[in-house]
Amino acid sequence: MAASGSDNAGAPDGAPAHPSTAAAPDRRRPPRPPLPGGRFARDGSLAGQIAKIGLLGLFTALGVWAVLPLYLGGNWLGIGLVVAVVGLVYYVYLSKRAVPAKYLVPGVLFLMVFQIFPVLYTMSTSVTNMSDGHRGSKEQAISAVESLSVTRTADSQEYVLTIAAIGDPETGELVFLLTDREGGTHVGDTDGLSELGGATVEDSGKVTDAFGYTILTPAEVNARSGELEEFAVPTGSGAGIRSSGLSTAYEGRALRVYDESCDCVTDTETGVVYTADDERGAFYDDEGGRLPQGWQVNVGADNFARFLFDPAFASSFFSILLWNVVFAVAVTGLVFVVGLAVALTLHVPRMRGKVFYRVLVVLPYAMSSLAMYLLWRDMFNTDFGVINQILGVRIDWFGSVWGARVAVILANVWLGYPYMFLVATGALQAIPRELGQAAQIDGATPWQAFRHVTLPLLMVAMTPILVATFAFNFNNFNAVWLLTRGGPLFSDNSTAGATDLLITYTYRLAFNEATAQYGYAAALSVMIFLIVSVISVMSLWRGKALKEMD
Amino acid sequence: MRIRSAPAITGIAAIALMATACTGGGDSDTEGGSAGGGLTIWTDAERAEAVEAAADEFAEANGIEVSVDTVAFEDMQGDVLNAHQAGNAPDVFIGAHDWTGNLVRNGAVQPIELPQDKAALLDETSLEAMSFDGQLFGVPYSQENLFLMRNAELAPDAPETFEELVETGTELKDAGDVDEVLSMAVTQEGDPYRMNLLFTSGGGYLFGRDDTGTWDPTDLGVGTDESIEAMEKVAEYGEEGEGVLRRSIGLENDAALFYDGDTAFFVAGPWNLADAQEAGIDYEISAFPGFEGGGPASPYIGYQSFFVTEGSENSALAEEFVTNYVTDTDFILSLYEIDPRTPVQTEALESVSADDADIAAIAEAGADGIPMPSIPEMGETWQPLGVAQADIIGGADPREAMEAAARTISEQIGE
Repeated sequence: MAASGSDNAGAPDGAPAHPSTAAAPDRRRPPRPPLPGGRFARDGSLAGQIAKIGLLGLFTALGVWAVLPLYLGGNWLGIGLVVAVVGLVYYVYLSKRAVPAKYLVPGVLFLMVFQIFPVLYTMSTSVTNMSDGHRGSKEQAISAVESLSVTRTADSQEYVLTIAAIGDPETGELVFLLTDREGGTHVGDTDGLSELGGATVEDSGKVTDAFGYTILTPAEVNARSGELEEFAVPTGSGAGIRSSGLSTAYEGRALRVYDESCDCVTDTETGVVYTADDERGAFYDDEGGRLPQGWQVNVGADNFARFLFDPAFASSFFSILLWNVVFAVAVTGLVFVVGLAVALTLHVPRMRGKVFYRVLVVLPYAMSSLAMYLLWRDMFNTDFGVINQILGVRIDWFGSVWGARVAVILANVWLGYPYMFLVATGALQAIPRELGQAAQIDGATPWQAFRHVTLPLLMVAMTPILVATFAFNFNNFNAVWLLTRGGPLFSDNSTAGATDLLITYTYRLAFNEATAQYGYAAALSVMIFLIVSVISVMSLWRGKALKEMD
Repeated sequence: MRIRSAPAITGIAAIALMATACTGGGDSDTEGGSAGGGLTIWTDAERAEAVEAAADEFAEANGIEVSVDTVAFEDMQGDVLNAHQAGNAPDVFIGAHDWTGNLVRNGAVQPIELPQDKAALLDETSLEAMSFDGQLFGVPYSQENLFLMRNAELAPDAPETFEELVETGTELKDAGDVDEVLSMAVTQEGDPYRMNLLFTSGGGYLFGRDDTGTWDPTDLGVGTDESIEAMEKVAEYGEEGEGVLRRSIGLENDAALFYDGDTAFFVAGPWNLADAQEAGIDYEISAFPGFEGGGPASPYIGYQSFFVTEGSENSALAEEFVTNYVTDTDFILSLYEIDPRTPVQTEALESVSADDADIAAIAEAGADGIPMPSIPEMGETWQPLGVAQADIIGGADPREAMEAAARTISEQIGE
């Protein structure tokens, strides 16, 4: 074993200095250890330089590609971030000083992009009311309220529309050339409607030529879609002629108007005033009625508080949590016991046809679990399922609480034990048989030999795998969703099912037919993350203790 | 070259590469913008071919480019909403009419002014179904509704009432010709879409309507006496009663029961037609019968529709496409060829019905149908109502179950 003195060799400043660099100390710079790669890294081969140029160029192109949409969206923080990352990469790979960083930067960047950013995003979503009807900002909600309320006025005219411009088709002022039902032609601009004389009109009512106006092609019109959407020919009293497609126009009016001074929306038809409620993120009238379009607001810890303290949600949450733990423990435990038992059986040296049995045992593991779950679902069917038919019983598997729970555990043990068998077989083969034999010579029964000699050695290798299996099953979405979809559900609490795991419950909240509640689902995800982390860390810590004891 | 300058050279070269990448990216971008090219349409794979053909024609007529992307139908609504939020939504997409309310409250679709001559060609109910707050939000082209598919060899006559259906089915079952009286998917979580047939016939209702015929979310019918009585009637045929309706029949086995000849009656939709023909069953289509002395068994009607997203960069072309091309008879017929559904455009329906007896029969079976409510509150009803209905069929007390469902729904709507 190494002497304790070299234990801090990993620390950078404790690293033994190379004699040659140490012998020539620079006054400004502290003595530095030689770079890995030595002279090679300094000069660099031509191919290396070219590869470096290529990779840096590619990375920069990636950065530019990322900046463009951010620039269009006016997201300066995002641009700053991208520039900083690109700058950092340039600094790290062009400087000779940041050698360890050269190895660390790619990994750290990937960790940030694929791990930390999603977690932070989920966390930031969890403190908002983000859900259907509350997805965007208040400005978006207001513009949706106004633009979606533009309706055709009661006695409105419908016109055949030709879109034209004064002068240049790309920049000239937009005008509408309108043909009414009687065949009269008008020209409409932002000032209003006036007569148009001397235009050539097709049978369809489309104007093909008018003096002083450039008729736009569909592609030219489309290029100015944004302008067109804002464009209306005023016809008095708040109404205006708007386009609908390229060849029709109608007189319409925005029924709902936002007023900044009172932060409210007035419905001009019914006279109802909807006032903005910035805590709930929607416009409400006096009677509690709301406009459908709302916006995202920060709700702080409300989402967490709801499932921890609101009696209705809390009872669902804690009963699901309890079942979730029971499920993960039961599946992990049974899978371990069954897998180990089979492994021990097939470990007997005199056994014949071991390969054949091993292939048989591993079969479930080799098949698609997705298809297997669906197959098991059909096998558990009360009236048509194979299981009830073979047993000659009528167990309501998926309709009763414990029937469904047993079914889910059974199917998952069947699917999971081959993996545990494979791991246990490997671990068993690493334990010298002599140890067991020695114990037997000492007078131990086979059970005692297994319990006190083989099992502890086995557990050293198996503990981390058991922890991983537990964490996996804790969030094993497919295992439940494909079999029971979290059911059975009962009418007295139809959101939380008897076999629901936290993850299936979250999924149902976020993505079922009802309102998608992303904020609340994100809060649950954060809770799951915390629970799994705590359990895993604790078990691994205990596993480590086991190892040290050994 | 001095060693010190090597990093500098590398940096300059990389920046030069970046510059080329920059202009390259910029070029393609401006191309897309100035030509006004990219009208993007999202459709599901089944209809992609027909939509592409129409899109090509449209592109040629207007001198622009149109790209058609396929998205799974069940993911369409969520994908459109997410893409809209991220600012890269398509300009036009195909969806179901009952998404309208949710799309509108997320501000993801824009109202469409359909010229009166085009609107006159479409079924009026379909336009009402596509409307929200008095505004039209999509152009419908086809409809679908549930119907009764029966095995004409086993049951030559269409039953007039549900009781008659049960009687015929039970006789066949007692004679050993079939195993099941009726194949109607109930599922463990309930299926309010199918159950609506018996629910409305028994007098139940989901939402009331106001004077103008629009759905009134404040008038929730789930916990009312009428609805409870309707479910009591349904319960007579449940697992504790006659055993005609059972939770063990779900979407994974309902069709198979009929195709295998294990039942003479099957609650089917247009999506089952192709398989039924392949199974070689001598089937007939008729309206699903209601209870004796009860109201008509109304199937929900779902409309397939083209939507224009709000804030689309090509809104002028998108509007032009849905108002003028989607309402075109030839286009609707070409969609029908590829994906047979009942057209809502009168001319197209007439031409299809003349050749296709199934479509004519399905349209007739949908005569008593009501459009599925498209208000956003509808989304909150599916799960609680379905669970209550499945619970009742499994033997739960109808009053307790329906009242519990009503409580859950009103709580969720109130949020």
